[in-house]
Amino acid sequence: MTYGHEPVSPEMIATSPNLKAISVVGVGYDHVHVETCRERGIAVGHTPGILSDTTADMTMALLLATARNIVPAYNHVQVSKQWKYYDPNILWGTDVHHATLGIVGMGRIGHAVAKRARAFDMRVLYYKRERRPDWEEELGVEYVTFENLLEVSDFVTLHVPLTEETTHLIGEAELALMKKTAILVNIARGPVVDHYALYDALKQGQIAGAAVDVTEPEPINTDHPLLSLDNVIVAPHLGSATVQTRMKMATMAMENLLAGLKGEQLPYGVLQPNFPR
Amino acid sequence: MVQPGEEAGLKEKIVAIFVWIAPAVTRELITSLPNLRVVGNCAVGYDHVDLAACAERGVRVGYTPNVLNKTTADMAWALLLASGRKVVEGDSISKNPSTSTFDSNWMGQQVSGTTLGIVGMGRIGYEIAKRAVGFEMKVLYHNRHRKSAEEEERVGATYVPTLAGLLGESDYVVLAAPATGDTHHMMSREQFAAMKPTGVFVNISRGTLVDQDALAEALRGGVISAAGLDVTDPEPLPRDHTLLSLPNLTLTPHTGSATLPTRQAMVQMTVDNIKAVLQGQPMVNEVALPSL
Repeated sequence: MTYGHEPVSPEMIATSPNLKAISVVGVGYDHVHVETCRERGIAVGHTPGILSDTTADMTMALLLATARNIVPAYNHVQVSKQWKYYDPNILWGTDVHHATLGIVGMGRIGHAVAKRARAFDMRVLYYKRERRPDWEEELGVEYVTFENLLEVSDFVTLHVPLTEETTHLIGEAELALMKKTAILVNIARGPVVDHYALYDALKQGQIAGAAVDVTEPEPINTDHPLLSLDNVIVAPHLGSATVQTRMKMATMAMENLLAGLKGEQLPYGVLQPNFPR
Repeated sequence: MVQPGEEAGLKEKIVAIFVWIAPAVTRELITSLPNLRVVGNCAVGYDHVDLAACAERGVRVGYTPNVLNKTTADMAWALLLASGRKVVEGDSISKNPSTSTFDSNWMGQQVSGTTLGIVGMGRIGYEIAKRAVGFEMKVLYHNRHRKSAEEEERVGATYVPTLAGLLGESDYVVLAAPATGDTHHMMSREQFAAMKPTGVFVNISRGTLVDQDALAEALRGGVISAAGLDVTDPEPLPRDHTLLSLPNLTLTPHTGSATLPTRQAMVQMTVDNIKAVLQGQPMVNEVALPSL
């Protein structure tokens, strides 16, 4: 059972010849070497769905915090204690209501984010490999090309799984397409974003701010230049971090684990068991 | 800009004041300006303007309702989510040089599917309620007067006749009531004790509605889990104030309406209010003064 994102590598798997099942407490399983599991008939389970709402909540928390300068306010008021008189000209943020949100990779979590954004009267665009006209109707979201999404969005949020294709999906070229006033939110996986390109883009004012719940590596080294910018929020992978949600994830992960040990169908399986009984 | 020595005679020239939420427009100030005709208050709250003194002197008062409803509601939600999900503390952990791993069991409070309690269902309270539907939250409200069934239905809000009743049932409490004689320190020890220990309190109205010592005690003692404040009493707080040292408190320096389009709209409205009086036109956004 994995809780956290320590890699489950081919070497580690090779040390346990009787390994029957790997149960991930989380929805992303990019840290598990699935190919090796497939070869050895090891079952792999994860916890999709149950954390979508809570992760969408965190996405909105990061989006709003960046938009309204919550961390610079903290620095001004509680850290440097520069708050000496009422100043109507400080810490101006950007409106979230009626702004344009671009969702990259609209799966379960992206869907939940779209629902929340629409309640703020945001215009919501999405890019996804397979278009979902039923979701467009249900949520009032618009399908666009990846480039168009980057060009017109005020807020861009990433909800893709980490694969070879999505590694450094957001790099120099993509950041250059974004608006100078735009804010990027990454709650997917660190390697989806090229961190040095992100730093350059922020430093040069190519985009206005960023909030990341995930980094590469995690934790990111605290002397990374990205952390020195005052328009970057870095959260310590809190996407699903509430007691209620983690309890439900733990229960699902146990169900997966028990099924895997018995050689039965995993209720939430990435790979079903395939070993001789 | 006034040059030294030019002040004499200036008081007689002043016919209008353009003011934000500070400094206070006191009786002393008003009576020192013999030809003052209008106070253009660039805010929706006017508790810092001595309305009785204005009424006595025939000075009219403008304010800026409605143009800041949505931007302020966004801020209420920014504080609600930041407080519940520990955004500021989390950011500090990530950036702290002594952090080497993330504790997977360091967690915040659930938002989706919980109960939001709005105290003061005015224009801003309504916008706050509207946003809750995306999070599938149950919405309760307490207000001096119950809203119409149609208004309640529009945001799916249920009226709770007592403040204590709302506090006991809510996971998130957002205070959006005006500062009046009745609302002074309406949130004190008893009220925080009525909240759930997992409860989160957000205030975007005025600092005087909260007994800050009681809030600090409640946050320190785990009586409630976290709070977010855009307003305090006074503003700013003294640098050594106890609230400033609490890790489960998120503070913003009264920036609820602080975006360019909203501030532009507020300034324009204030200028229009002032011009209306000086040109003998009706003032669209006028504060009703107390009768003498």
